[in-house]
Amino acid sequence: MARGRCAIPAPGRLRESKQIDVAARAVSGETMRIHNQKDFWSGVLFVAAGVAFAVFAQEYQMGNAQRMGPAFFPTVLGGLLAILGVIVGVKGLAGITAEGRVEKFHFDALGWVLGGVVLFGLLLRPAGLIGALVVLIVVSALGSHEFRWKETAILAAGLMLLVLAVFIRGLKLTIPILPALMQH
Amino acid sequence: MELLSNLALGFATALSLANLSYAFLGALIGTLVGVLPGIGPVATLAMLLPTTYALEPTSALIMLAGIYYGAQYGGSTTAILVNLPGESSSVVTCLDGYQMARRGHAGAALGIAAIGSFLAGCFSTVLVAGFAPPLVELAFKFGPAEYFSLMVLGLIGAVVLASASLLKAIAMIILGLLLGLVGTDVNSGVARFSFDVPELSDGIGFVAVAMGVFGFAEIIANLEKREQREVFTDKVHGLLPNPQQLREAAPAVARGTLLGSILGILPGGGALLASFASYTLEKKITRNPRPPFGQGNIRGIAGPESANNAGAQTSFIPMLTLGIPPNAVMALMIGAMTIHNIQPGPQVMTSNPALFWGLIASMWVGNLMLVVLNLPLTGLSIQLLRVPYRLLYPAILVFCCIGVFSLNNTSFDVFATAAFGVVGYLFYKLKCEPAPLLLGFILAPMMEEHLRRAMLLSRGDPTTFFTRPLSLGLLLGALALVVMVTLPAIKSKRAEAFEEAD
Repeated sequence: MARGRCAIPAPGRLRESKQIDVAARAVSGETMRIHNQKDFWSGVLFVAAGVAFAVFAQEYQMGNAQRMGPAFFPTVLGGLLAILGVIVGVKGLAGITAEGRVEKFHFDALGWVLGGVVLFGLLLRPAGLIGALVVLIVVSALGSHEFRWKETAILAAGLMLLVLAVFIRGLKLTIPILPALMQH
Repeated sequence: MELLSNLALGFATALSLANLSYAFLGALIGTLVGVLPGIGPVATLAMLLPTTYALEPTSALIMLAGIYYGAQYGGSTTAILVNLPGESSSVVTCLDGYQMARRGHAGAALGIAAIGSFLAGCFSTVLVAGFAPPLVELAFKFGPAEYFSLMVLGLIGAVVLASASLLKAIAMIILGLLLGLVGTDVNSGVARFSFDVPELSDGIGFVAVAMGVFGFAEIIANLEKREQREVFTDKVHGLLPNPQQLREAAPAVARGTLLGSILGILPGGGALLASFASYTLEKKITRNPRPPFGQGNIRGIAGPESANNAGAQTSFIPMLTLGIPPNAVMALMIGAMTIHNIQPGPQVMTSNPALFWGLIASMWVGNLMLVVLNLPLTGLSIQLLRVPYRLLYPAILVFCCIGVFSLNNTSFDVFATAAFGVVGYLFYKLKCEPAPLLLGFILAPMMEEHLRRAMLLSRGDPTTFFTRPLSLGLLLGALALVVMVTLPAIKSKRAEAFEEAD
């Protein structure tokens, strides 16, 4: 797959496949003239981040060029990032680059995997390592389209033994193993 | 012979029983994790970084270096046996390696990858040892203005050579710089962008960024690809290439080593560029290749794999001498050094000679171990490749989560890593490469500090960067790189190269 940077200096030098691709899109008009959605949204992201950093930086002292305050460098960088974001975004919009619809987001996989991680963080203190690990393993495993209960239970048991051996016995980490209620 | 006495010190450090076993452990774990499809060296290193906290700095760095080589070698194994590149630099290995495996030469392909890597490693270790001291000398002459310009050159160079979209990559650097500024400003004591969250006043955890963006995001991305894997597990027997194959491979190894060593020193060089350049060279130089390249020619593995390893190793030179990471892996190494309270930069060689030379010597030791481990590990790797992904990733997550938690014994870091997992997934969808972000993130505090000092010394006159000859030279270098890639002729060549990389 070609990356966005394969710009079009002269149409004649384009590879055939790309020409067809561009033509097909022009005919269907499906992309609403945003020829490179990836670049367009990247640009939006950069502008938003740049502006946010520059604006929040204003809470701090700017100082001057000789004695730069804490706001100086972030303001300059935020401005630069916003400008670059505009260029990237406009290029994506104007179709100077000719590739790249943003593919579908798989929020289920994202949700299961990171949900398991967040739950692990939340449960570690109150439920102890054992409880938190079981939740992490089961929840994150649900993110796969091939999830099986039995298999996951065996996996959880095996991993538990490994973790207790490696991290608690071996590396001697001080992590609460049992739920808070069961400790004194 | 100062070099010899330095190397002797290095080998004395690296060959101590403790360090030898850490190098071994690193290479072993690195190989096994690197074998997992879709997990490249950067993700492997980020994931395993917490396991080295408890160690002494020297042992920790030696183990990390071992993990790195192991991960790279493990990545080649996956590329050859499953045709899945763990990272971009093993894309090239897939081309001929997988074809060799299909023809029943999987063992020879794996063997030549290990042997080539080892020979390249021997050469480039000597190169690192020889090159580092004079560069350190030079680095001591640098003032803040030169350092700032050097970082500009380093960052620009890293993306010019290694990124598909220059503008986006530069934007990612700046975003990384901004993220790196979060936390207490050393000059004024103000906690910047911390929004009264006490954990943020120490800055965003470097492990959280690396593990979230490289580790978690990759897992999520892997979960949505439902691809069929065809693993050549039964056909691996005899890891030694036959004499005919060795004869063909030897010159390719030599060329790859030289090319890789040179490219590795350049900012942004490292493994990726080296392996691509070597493959192109082999293709150009070989007349009437039989079998043709892309259909299982052993030169197509021997050259790039050697170049890859040589480049990976010489890219330690800018990291060790200047404290400037030429690629994401070296950014992680610098992060690891700071976790162990070692300020990266030219002073490391004088203040921590045992660490400096021990690390260099351990590169060679690590490479040797990989060749020795090669045979038994390949069997183990094949077993690992048979484990379905649905069982692997929860296990990976478990180790990540415990590692991140143990960083400061707080759940905050776990949440931060999850947040960066979301960010990383977004980057993946928008095709924003995360490596430049990590480089910027690591360099941000140093860059601001040098900028401030330079401006203070020049009394607020920004022309200081252009009037000091060394600084001017470095900035002109950065400019030249940018101009070079925007020239139409090179632009289309680059576009082609990255198209192949995809």
